[in-house]
Amino acid sequence: MWKIIVRRVLIMIPQLFVLSLLIFILAKQLPGDPFTGLLTPDTDPNRIEELRELAGLNDPWYVQYVNWIGNAAQGDFGKSYTYKIKVSTLIGEKALNTFWLSLVSAIILYLIAIPLGVLAGRYQDTIFDKIIVFYSFVTYAIPTFVLALIFLFIFGYQLHWFPTVGSVDVKYDPGTAGYFWSKLYHMLLPAITTAILGTTSVIQYLRSEIIDAKSLDYVRTARSKGIPVNKVYSRHIFRNSLLPIAAFLGFTITGLLVGSIFIETIFGYPGMGQLFISSLLSRDYSVITALVMLFGLLALLGSLLSDIIMSIVDPRIRIE
Amino acid sequence: MNSTEQLLSINNLHTGFRIKDTYFDAVDGVSISLKRNEILAVVGESGCGKSTLATSIIGLHDHNKTRVEGEIIYKGINLAKLDEEKFNKIRGEEIGMIFQDPLSALNPLMRIGDQIEEGLAFHTKMSKEQREKRVFELLDQVGISNPKRIAKQFPHQLSGGMRQRVIIAIAISCKPNIIIADEPTTALDVTIQAQILDLLKDLQAETGAGIVLITHDLGVVAEVADRVAVMYAGQIIEEASVEELFANPLHPYTRSLFNSIPQMNSENEKLQVIQGIVPSLTNLPRTGCRFSARIPWISEGMHEENPTMHEVSPGHLVRCTCWQHFHFESEEGGITR
Ligand SMILES: Nc1ncnc2c1ncn2[C@@H]1O[C@H](COP(=O)(O)OP(=O)(O)OP(=O)(O)O)[C@@H](O)[C@H]1O
Ligand SMILES: [Mg+2]
Repeated sequence: MWKIIVRRVLIMIPQLFVLSLLIFILAKQLPGDPFTGLLTPDTDPNRIEELRELAGLNDPWYVQYVNWIGNAAQGDFGKSYTYKIKVSTLIGEKALNTFWLSLVSAIILYLIAIPLGVLAGRYQDTIFDKIIVFYSFVTYAIPTFVLALIFLFIFGYQLHWFPTVGSVDVKYDPGTAGYFWSKLYHMLLPAITTAILGTTSVIQYLRSEIIDAKSLDYVRTARSKGIPVNKVYSRHIFRNSLLPIAAFLGFTITGLLVGSIFIETIFGYPGMGQLFISSLLSRDYSVITALVMLFGLLALLGSLLSDIIMSIVDPRIRIE
Repeated sequence: MNSTEQLLSINNLHTGFRIKDTYFDAVDGVSISLKRNEILAVVGESGCGKSTLATSIIGLHDHNKTRVEGEIIYKGINLAKLDEEKFNKIRGEEIGMIFQDPLSALNPLMRIGDQIEEGLAFHTKMSKEQREKRVFELLDQVGISNPKRIAKQFPHQLSGGMRQRVIIAIAISCKPNIIIADEPTTALDVTIQAQILDLLKDLQAETGAGIVLITHDLGVVAEVADRVAVMYAGQIIEEASVEELFANPLHPYTRSLFNSIPQMNSENEKLQVIQGIVPSLTNLPRTGCRFSARIPWISEGMHEENPTMHEVSPGHLVRCTCWQHFHFESEEGGITR
């Protein structure tokens, strides 16, 4: 299995290469450059031109690309034009924030969705099931930003239960327990919002998986053994129905990371998503390209993770 | 325990499925009994209610969508009215079931050994080690040569025939008195079919269980059954010992079934088929002789108004009176179709 995983990781290299080329070319197509914004009527055009020359922006695109990819391979994505610090440093800290936020979101998501989906499927067509189905319709219909704004307004501004901005209270020093709790506390509201929005598909999927499983042949075989209904569910139905959910875990995490783009912006949470939006607005190429590369890499890792999980939980599957 | 002990006695069983708030009986007044040491075959075309009957006996219908009425008497208890919890004590322990499709009847995520052991854990007081030993014993009994290895494998690692053996091992794990086999060989190829049938016969001889063998294959019936019930449209229309039925089939439906078997040595190369189809559940005529629509050349007056079973010779029962006047269509003035 390790061999196969290593091979899969190696295959990612050409994939990332193609991705990088696409991103670079697309980024170059965007109108303007980092210096466009600095232009005022009294800027000296020659000065701007000098800066461009210095930044290598006047080189042919392939020269720029080779320079960029060469450095990128060593983890150096250049300097942010806006923040004037290394892109890797800038992203590193924010990526960590986003990573934790996504992880907490995923945990909350599954804590809500798995029990609800399982119960709705098992007690199909009861009042209980109908309430859950109604809940998932509501969360399906509501757009991300609307729910986020409502939550922010009620729980943040009205009730003051949660902070409305930032990722940690500045009064704590990193490494202390207070710092940890403050981080978690700041994450909670955006994480709950993201999680709730993500529950719809998991609940619906699980519910229908379980309803279908009830009439499967091997479930009938299990029932013909005369084992208690609860055992039929726990040993034969649930495990098999959770399989596809486990399979989607990798993709779900990728989805949460990408989904953070809106959530972080609304909750003023300093993560990759927020950084992505602000870099887009300021045409901070080096940051944009690095972020898109990172999102791409995460998508590839997500699918690898899904395959690995599947091969662990399903004996029929061996990753190839 | 004597060999003709009555194991199961089904009286006027009705099993109906709910379709748009109305129940339609797929088993419509079936009465039949099963003795110890006996293989009772139930034959009939697809859709005549064979599986519905089998599923009723072992109580696996979905109560929310199915209505089971009448009597299925086992050891003085009416299984038709038994609640789920009490049924679980009988199911698996006293009645075992073998299913049609071995490829889908085993849990793909569970090791073979665990699937066989599961029932033992609930119905017996065996320790973990004893159960494990019993699993190997069972696998050996159903003709699997390397029980220890197979017990650790997953279903997808076994062939169809092997999987059917595993399912049989599950069904007999608690030494049931009754085994219900719903088309146990239909999904298998011919050589494997014969092996599985032999296995069933051997097991039956060893354990003295009564077997209800559901099939649409008269060849299978001839090979293993002691007694046969022929079903048509939810009812039994003829019942007799195998020898009697094969020597002297009476009901027009039974005769048509025999007539539709391709004959290797027959001069007539044309395959005889029974006209028409088994009516669907919702279109089933509930009065008169149900087969009459498929033999329109037999006049109305020849059928009973409310056909009942008549004992024409000891142990040989036929429904309706039309059999006395029946002839194949082609026999009448040489009309062939
Ligand atoms: N769960 C169900 N809901 C509604 N109708 C059903 C259900 N199961 C079976 N039926 C109908 O009941 C009738 C009898 O079905 P059954 O499966 O018992 O036939 P069968 O004799 O076993 O046929 P086959 O040889 O195809 O297995 C058919 O008309 C079928 O469509
Ligand atoms: Mg059937």
